[in-house]
Amino acid sequence: MRSSKSRGRFLALCVAPAVILYAVFMILPTLNVFRMSLFERGAYSPTETFVGLANFKALMNDVKFITAMQNTILLIVTVTIITFFFAIVFAAILTREKIRGQNFFRIVFYIPNILSVVVIAGIFSAIYKPENGMLNSILSFLRGETVMVLWKDQPMVIVSVIIAMVWQAIGYYMVMYMASMSAVPESLYESAGLDGAGRLTQFFQLTLPLIWTNIRTTLTFFIISTINMAFLFVKAMVAKGMADVGLSFMYAQKDAGLYGYSMAAGVVIFLFSFLLSALVNWVTKREVLEM
Amino acid sequence: MAALASGYEEAYPGMWKEVCDAFTAATGVKVNLICDKNLEDVIGPSMQGGDFPDVIHLATGREKGLTEQFIKDRNIADITDVLSMTVPGESAKVSDKIVGGFTDTSVTNPYGDGATYLAPMFYSPCGLFYNAGLFEEKGWSVPATWDEMWELGEKAKAEDISLFTYPTTGYFDTFFYALMYSVGGADFFNKATTYSEGIWDTPEGQQCFDIVAKLASYTNPVTPAQANDQDFTQNQQLILDNKALFMPNGTWIVGEMADAPRAEGFQWGMTALPAAKAGGTGPSNNSRAKTFIHAAATNLDAAKQFVAFLYSDAACAIFAKGGAVQPVPGLTDNLEGDNKMFYAIYDNGTDAAMGGFAAYNAVAGLGTVREVFFDPVNGLVNGSVTEQQWIDSVKAASDQMRANLME
Repeated sequence: MRSSKSRGRFLALCVAPAVILYAVFMILPTLNVFRMSLFERGAYSPTETFVGLANFKALMNDVKFITAMQNTILLIVTVTIITFFFAIVFAAILTREKIRGQNFFRIVFYIPNILSVVVIAGIFSAIYKPENGMLNSILSFLRGETVMVLWKDQPMVIVSVIIAMVWQAIGYYMVMYMASMSAVPESLYESAGLDGAGRLTQFFQLTLPLIWTNIRTTLTFFIISTINMAFLFVKAMVAKGMADVGLSFMYAQKDAGLYGYSMAAGVVIFLFSFLLSALVNWVTKREVLEM
Repeated sequence: MAALASGYEEAYPGMWKEVCDAFTAATGVKVNLICDKNLEDVIGPSMQGGDFPDVIHLATGREKGLTEQFIKDRNIADITDVLSMTVPGESAKVSDKIVGGFTDTSVTNPYGDGATYLAPMFYSPCGLFYNAGLFEEKGWSVPATWDEMWELGEKAKAEDISLFTYPTTGYFDTFFYALMYSVGGADFFNKATTYSEGIWDTPEGQQCFDIVAKLASYTNPVTPAQANDQDFTQNQQLILDNKALFMPNGTWIVGEMADAPRAEGFQWGMTALPAAKAGGTGPSNNSRAKTFIHAAATNLDAAKQFVAFLYSDAACAIFAKGGAVQPVPGLTDNLEGDNKMFYAIYDNGTDAAMGGFAAYNAVAGLGTVREVFFDPVNGLVNGSVTEQQWIDSVKAASDQMRANLME
């Protein structure tokens, strides 16, 4: 009895630092966001007034917020689909096929992930430059006439952001899938091969189902991080008001002196990302296959 | 003391440090200096935690809008009495060392109660910058009226040069103030900047919109694609490359683009905005650097002394090393090089429009002045916003701003 009590105390002591840190730096601020969304105040002002749900009501009627959320959703959907498609395909090719310089490709794909968003914005600024930019020069060469696509202007601006985000994200997820794909035993492929399954059939019948758990987890990760990444990319790459996303709206409101309002936007985005992850988790639920 | 490291600090690193040291030498008060390009990000978090610098030097019209937020929150100490203080180390009064008109604008006295809250700092004429060499080569003259401007636009178009570009929409604030002033004079300017009812329905209001909209049609089409914080120097480069004729900017442009490649024979030129009517003078404008004291400053007296010291000869001399000019009488006589030509614009009888849009209480859903008035210019250029849409949204926002004016 005594020993189990002291054991419990010991365990509590062990987890206490982590729990305290988590509570102080994650749970409290999150609760505070909810609280502040019910008040109106400037970011630096000492006074605040309780306004109830007025901030949320205003939010629902704010065209800018709705546009920003539409942009966010558009980015989440397109970037996720494109990134996952390419990440899985590349991972499958690099693990299953014998290709020269596999490691080279692995590193090349992974590099964008370790670059800071500011650096990526700089790189893409050279790529998207209207005059003598890399992309426009290539297009001009292919078409045989001068092509002047304004990549960072309407209406191409969102496409430009999507391309940059996909480029940045592919490598990381590709490496993740390569890791789980190489865990699939070779013998399964051999026997499938003996049963007459071609490469494509093997991919859809074996590889994909066996790494499904991994895909599910990374999908949730990815969707949540895209909400944040979209903000970073839009902020670093394009002019304000061109392709604002949810979080850039939130920041702009803070800068306009509406701290409570920006927190209300934060709450909506928080709930949105939570619900979306839950939804994705539920939709992708499959029976887990054991290897 | 927290100071924004602007283009001036970049031109002469250590400028603020030197001023603080000189202040310490003159008064014996020690100054802790925080100086950064992104000052809001550096002092913002600790201010949210309740730790404020006593004196802050920043500009209005910045994206983070910190100065505006301080004004809206009434977080700034009344410094009217600083004007009657003597400058530390000198015998002159502060008010004698500030050029008349600088301390009674809607920006320095945001609440319209006659009290001064923000100390006007570095002023520079903001006008249209161009390549004087190109004008000479082509035999073009700098347009004095907007009609001449459009004529020049057509001439330039024939040579594949656009009439206009702008770094980002943020550069329209001083431009638009000058435009309002030139179109409608002081009366219209004051009414418009206080969101007077129906002001945008007047012919003057319409003329302002028309000029910007027409200018948008003459703007180099690549401009909006580069009008972001990442690429705005590429828009400035359009001037250096003779791909656009004019852009609104400030005198720091010379230092900012000092290392950029340029067309042969390039020479900076600067002009005030063309006059709205023939024979009228085109005014230029002042940039918006300000120094203010936090309302709950712990060392209020020392802070006020510091603000007073910023107008001393010693401080002015240090600022001048970075190319920054304090609004102190007689200071422009000692300027050299490009700056001499830029500041000469005031001698040419250009009326300086001072002040800006009045502060209003922030309301959810109502954008900032920049969002409402200037950001849509990108849309005007790329065609995603029509002039009428822009006017309608300005009118609607202007009404809301009037209803929420700071008292």
